[in-house]
Amino acid sequence: MLELLRDHTLQVVAAGAGVLGLTAGALGSFAVLRRQSLLGDALSHAALPGIVLAFLLTGSKAPLTLMLGAAAAGWLGTVAVGAVVRRSRLPYDSALGMLLSVFFGFGLVLLTVLAKRPDAAQAGLKTFLFGQAAALLRRDVATMAVLAAITLLLLLAAWKELKLLACDAPFGESLGLAMGRAEALLRVLLVVAIVIGLQTVGVVLMAAMLVAPAVAARQWTGRLGPMVALAGALGAAGGVAGAVLSSMVPRLPTGPTVVLILSVAVATSLVLAPHRGLLWRWLRQRRTRRAPHLDPLLMHLYALSLQHPDDPEHGHRLGVLRTMSPREVDVPAALEALAARGLAQRVGEGLWAPTWLGRREAEKALQREENADVR
Amino acid sequence: MSAELAMLAVAVVTALACALPGTVLVLRRLALVSDAISHAILPGIVLAFFLTHDLNSPLLLIAAAGTGLLTVVLIETVSRSGLVGEDAAIGLVFSALFSLGVILVSRGAKGVHLDVDAVLLGQLALVPFDELVVAGHAVGPKALWSMGVILLANLALVVVAFKELKLAILDAPHAAMLGFSPAVLHYAVMALTSVTAVGAFQAVGSILVVALMVAPPATAYLVSRRFSAMLVASAAFAVTATLAGAAAAFAADVSIAGAMATAAGVQFALVFLLAPRRGLLWQARRRYRQRLEFAGRMLVVHLAHHEGRAEAAVESRPDALHRHLKWSHPFAQRVIRYAAASRLVHVAGPLLELTAEGRRLAHRLIAEGPPRPRV
Repeated sequence: MLELLRDHTLQVVAAGAGVLGLTAGALGSFAVLRRQSLLGDALSHAALPGIVLAFLLTGSKAPLTLMLGAAAAGWLGTVAVGAVVRRSRLPYDSALGMLLSVFFGFGLVLLTVLAKRPDAAQAGLKTFLFGQAAALLRRDVATMAVLAAITLLLLLAAWKELKLLACDAPFGESLGLAMGRAEALLRVLLVVAIVIGLQTVGVVLMAAMLVAPAVAARQWTGRLGPMVALAGALGAAGGVAGAVLSSMVPRLPTGPTVVLILSVAVATSLVLAPHRGLLWRWLRQRRTRRAPHLDPLLMHLYALSLQHPDDPEHGHRLGVLRTMSPREVDVPAALEALAARGLAQRVGEGLWAPTWLGRREAEKALQREENADVR
Repeated sequence: MSAELAMLAVAVVTALACALPGTVLVLRRLALVSDAISHAILPGIVLAFFLTHDLNSPLLLIAAAGTGLLTVVLIETVSRSGLVGEDAAIGLVFSALFSLGVILVSRGAKGVHLDVDAVLLGQLALVPFDELVVAGHAVGPKALWSMGVILLANLALVVVAFKELKLAILDAPHAAMLGFSPAVLHYAVMALTSVTAVGAFQAVGSILVVALMVAPPATAYLVSRRFSAMLVASAAFAVTATLAGAAAAFAADVSIAGAMATAAGVQFALVFLLAPRRGLLWQARRRYRQRLEFAGRMLVVHLAHHEGRAEAAVESRPDALHRHLKWSHPFAQRVIRYAAASRLVHVAGPLLELTAEGRRLAHRLIAEGPPRPRV
């Protein structure tokens, strides 16, 4: 294992996947919050003709040249989608679907044009289709790292505008901030992140690199800053883990491995995260469903305790509580259940009182009811 | 049947088969579900292929339809949890399933011919050489028969459930209230979409499936107002895009699938620009007309104001319009030409004079006053 980590190829691949995960996770947060997750998918497909055309025009396979081509095609694609959505009644998702498939189809045409050229220099362009992390070179990773650093710096520089864009764009508009420009910046950054990732995970899986870390991170925090940081960290960790795992197991491609690891992270977060998680929600629902009579009983105890303002923990007799409750309620058992939750206490033989916590809960419930009435 | 003709026939039948469910998808804003399904069926195909070792086995179709439905159900479950937007749910589900498929291919498909290239890009060129043999006679390419059956199934659904489909698309809650089951119909459409996608992927690849399912219906959406008309228009656009794409591909010897996708995109762009009444050019022309009409009214009111007064010698000169109405000289000339052609004014030497009709219009406009805001 340790020996493996000293392996040069693995270091390069892991660094590449990590850089990609970091950038895609951070930028994907904004795409997910703006409900534009699939823009990334469309843009990564749309990048293909740009890459091939850049190669056809310059004859160079330098990463920066190809990336510029991809970025130009992605930019053209977003402009086209914007024009179609504004000037016709076609819905956004259909426009995206067309952008994705038509640009990609045109890219395929260009690839076959390229294949007919005698110099056969096109080998390697196909790695952009499916990604081939193992073929990453040190200079590729260096380019990726520089682009990632620029992207993240720009993200920080425009943080305030991008935050408003993600959370409440009309409010930002009303403050006089240039939301249109912020959106354009976000798209450019998204294209750069995609371009960073194409060579590693390929066109198809790029969407997951943007979406998965962001969705997972959203489960654990409700604030944008921590979410972006966590998404970046998750993306980077998933990238490195995927690279290491795929180098340990033969015939395990890197890109899909990274995506599956991130998918597991998403599933775990969706189920387990506190407050928002499905398990959490299920437990809360079960608690209220199983004991619908606990709340009324607590309210009775609270009402009785109000009769003794100077001694709120004065004991009340079981018989009184029985009379106040509907007949089918097993009052002693319900009182034990309240006690188990720390809301009621036995203060003597057959004598019960609310605890401090129980009184606070009851007050909160009353407050809620009042608010509901006002509404 | 010559190879070219066979390819063309398969392509046309595939395009028609895709256009029918595609129309429903575009109208229900599920266009990107076609993208998700066409990628996510990969693991189903691979597993079925491991069992049968035959790419034409009907088991593949069944497995793919099952995986397609699973994809749809997973997307709906994830997005219905309320934790993830629908766009993000699509991105998460299809990339996880696709990754699983790619890993299955590279881990298990040793020595068997099934590569991801073929799934994504299709191999239309190989289709004519895989003929169906019945009782010793070759009766045409297998793909033609399988896509033909799928086309008939799609056609049957659209014809039999035409009314129900229309209702479910326009107003699903209303359909449910009337006792129809939009859910059953929804899953029927999704199952057929999956079957169509898997039938088509061998011929044209999964990305082109998206192009064929989204682009012709989207083009039809620009020009039709009725569901029935849109279905017919989608089919027609599917055929023209296929024929144009194939012709270009044969002429230039490039990827047929890619050329078909490109042709579908170019066709959309042409309709988007030129469509009667709704196209960009018509919109621009209408806007220009309205501007000219409004300017013509300004002109007659302006002339009527000064008519018969001393300043008319100045105000009724064409070059006064530049100063008083802030029109550029060329625009003023165009307005004068328009007003003269509409018989509102005539040019009398250096001055503009109102015709009887122009005077009537001006007095009516002055009497009406400025348009009142509508309540």
